[in-house]
Amino acid sequence: MTTLDLTGAVVVGGLFAVGFHLLLQRSLMRLLFGFLVLGHATNLLVLLASGPPGKPPVLGEGQEAEAFADPLPQAMALTAIVITFGITTLLLALVYRSWYLLGHDQVRDDVEDRRLGEEREAQ
Amino acid sequence: MTDWLLFAPVLLPVLVAGLSLTVWRKPDAQRLLGLGVLTAMLVDAVVLLVLTDRRGPLAFDVGGWPAPAGISLVIDRLSALLLTVALAVTLAVLFFAVGQGNTEGGDPVHAPFHPSYLLLTAGVCLAFLAGDLFNLFVAFELMLASSYVLINLDAGENRIRAGMTYVITSLLSSLLFLTAIGLVYAATGTVNLADLGNRMPGLPDGLQTVLSLLLLIVFGIKAAVVPLHFWLPDSYPTAPAPITAVLAALLTKVGLYAMVRTQTLLFPRTEPWMPLLIAAAVTLLVGTLGAIAQQDLNRLLSFVLVGHIGYMLFGLSLYSVTGLTGTILYAMHHIAVQAALFLIAGMVAGWGGSAKLPVLARAAPPPVILAILFLISALSLAGIPPLSGFVAKLILLQAGVEQGGAAAYVLLAAALLTSLLTLYAMAKVWRAVFAAGTERPPAVRRHGARTRLMVGAAGGTVLIGVLVAVAAEPVARVGERAAADLMEPDAYQEAVLQDRSGDLDDIGRTGERGHR
Repeated sequence: MTTLDLTGAVVVGGLFAVGFHLLLQRSLMRLLFGFLVLGHATNLLVLLASGPPGKPPVLGEGQEAEAFADPLPQAMALTAIVITFGITTLLLALVYRSWYLLGHDQVRDDVEDRRLGEEREAQ
Repeated sequence: MTDWLLFAPVLLPVLVAGLSLTVWRKPDAQRLLGLGVLTAMLVDAVVLLVLTDRRGPLAFDVGGWPAPAGISLVIDRLSALLLTVALAVTLAVLFFAVGQGNTEGGDPVHAPFHPSYLLLTAGVCLAFLAGDLFNLFVAFELMLASSYVLINLDAGENRIRAGMTYVITSLLSSLLFLTAIGLVYAATGTVNLADLGNRMPGLPDGLQTVLSLLLLIVFGIKAAVVPLHFWLPDSYPTAPAPITAVLAALLTKVGLYAMVRTQTLLFPRTEPWMPLLIAAAVTLLVGTLGAIAQQDLNRLLSFVLVGHIGYMLFGLSLYSVTGLTGTILYAMHHIAVQAALFLIAGMVAGWGGSAKLPVLARAAPPPVILAILFLISALSLAGIPPLSGFVAKLILLQAGVEQGGAAAYVLLAAALLTSLLTLYAMAKVWRAVFAAGTERPPAVRRHGARTRLMVGAAGGTVLIGVLVAVAAEPVARVGERAAADLMEPDAYQEAVLQDRSGDLDDIGRTGERGHR
């Protein structure tokens, strides 16, 4: 077990906290930013999982396998970044459409909650 | 040869989706491509099912990189069974969508339907075939990204509101999944499922529990396990009927499949697992009680769907061969029946002008054939013999009795009660929608090739469920062998990890550095 990179751990923790805070907001734009921050937090976490830094993992002469950085988490983080990027674009389009159709970008109450609220007011 | 058979369910739909996008101005060509490729995939899935049942699990290293560093596709009896049923249902639902005509295409709004539908299918197939956790994540993303498009296609106010809930919840679960993958990799140095099965038992108990629970939550959100179900009844019902049907029937089952696969392979247990037992009981009761309170046909069916996820959790939580057999059979039966119910509901709501039960009660009654189809599906869902739901439930109940103990009996009681409540909810729908009433206008006779295609597709979906019941004995035997494979995953691990090429081995090992 290698020692943990404290800076990395603190940064990831902070990003998770900020991301979840934003995700719990009512405004769709903040939700979107929350998703972005959380995405970064997760990608960093995957990179942290690869262990300490090393040389570029390119096979060559006189290179020892032990000196390489672990390439697998980098590949995974790259894939995840691409996915997050695509989904963010889609989310932006959805937020815009929501604003266009509803005139605001707030998350509305759940259907059931609204029904119960109306029933209570009617009583 | 088998390599290509194994790769085809992922490769074909992606290629054809691209092709389908290029011919977006010609709706007929799009339809033909979609139906053609799904038929070919279904044939492929049946061949794979026969092969895996005879020869055991098959594996394929994509790009020639050997496991555990490379990407492997694996198929065993469980994934072959689910793949076959899932593809049969997607094909039937596509016929329905063609009949319903909201896939007309030729205009920029509807043109993405067919490509997205095919990509969704590719995602579902990849999820069943994925041999490592990260590939499973990619499969989920493929499937979910297409479902975001489908659920928000031609979105009005209601749909965009529901769509946002769905998208945000799914994204959150995806990020948690990625977090779980990062943690699993940090702890073990691999994401290959077969390899993880070997390494996981070496970890400290506490860490294993944390990882197990994290994966359970991630897949629990996708499978709509109470209390993580809140998004489902709010989002699925607003989509067009064929999309609701395929999302409700397949996406929850894919989540469940991932749960079964990871929990049995990575965290093998021999005793019932209490937290999952409790989740199963709560899911059963909350789902069906929620269904009874609903006045909207689609919301009611969504709650029933949530409730019945509980049955599949029940089988898994017992960790016995009989329990898992029940889960597998239940999943197969439920894919078909739930899709059929949503298709019928879609037609009824389309003709009645609303999905609200009080409104439908005053509308012209639907055709008799639809009433018969609904009756078969509803009774099957409630578990009335000799339909498919009964077969699956019987095995689950047997598993519960075999297990014994207070917890298992409480769960048995919850399962039986849920069965009755489901029957009540279905009776409520029957009374409102299909029963003859004095205040109702006379039935309208519906004609046309479109209607026939829609009814035919719904009938086909019901037929899949009936086939599961008719062929109950052979299906149950394959299911039992699949369950036995899950409890003894040696063959699965051997199929993935055996040396197929050998020359790339040195590179394959470097990935493990830095974790000691």
